Amino acid sequence: MPMTAQEIEAYIRTALPDASISIEDLAGDGDHYACTVVSEAFRGLSRVRQHQVVYAALQGHMGGTLHALALQTSVPQSES
Amino acid sequence: MADTITQRIQQDIDANPVMLYMKGTAQFPQCGFSAKVVQILGHVGVPFQTANVLADPELRQGIKDFTNWPTVPQLYVKGEFIGGCDIVTEMFLSGELEKLFAEKGIVPASA
Repeated sequence: MPMTAQEIEAYIRTALPDASISIEDLAGDGDHYACTVVSEAFRGLSRVRQHQVVYAALQGHMGGTLHALALQTSVPQSES
Repeated sequence: MADTITQRIQQDIDANPVMLYMKGTAQFPQCGFSAKVVQILGHVGVPFQTANVLADPELRQGIKDFTNWPTVPQLYVKGEFIGGCDIVTEMFLSGELEKLFAEKGIVPASA
């Protein structure tokens, strides 16, 4: 059973309450998503570590129920 | 027994400066994400070795455990885990990937 974008967002939101999250259903089939997560929690972490934070938030769904989640992570741009 | 796959992966990433764990082969990728990384490495022009996780269920699980990373492809450069398709793509687009290969002393084929 694939996950809905709302479910994915809820998992990430729980782990990263400050995050700005956008999820796009790439193929319109509820199974291929592109997800962008912007959070202060990523500051100072390598890209690999940033993605691992998101994967951890998805509690094992990544690679299983969710096989196609294109992920982009970043730290918020400073105001100045 | 559990150690053999770990040892095999360690040997592979030690022996091959650019090692890609993927679905399918470089000639016939069997997943869009794997195909994309192959394409990027080809474009950058570095020599790379691949291992097909679809041909070996033990490797398919083994590499995920080894890296603590849930998906394939996985790219290693000089024994260091760089990331999956998204990270490799992002690094390629920003020029960081070629910089990394230069820093690690892996010289791209001259244009």
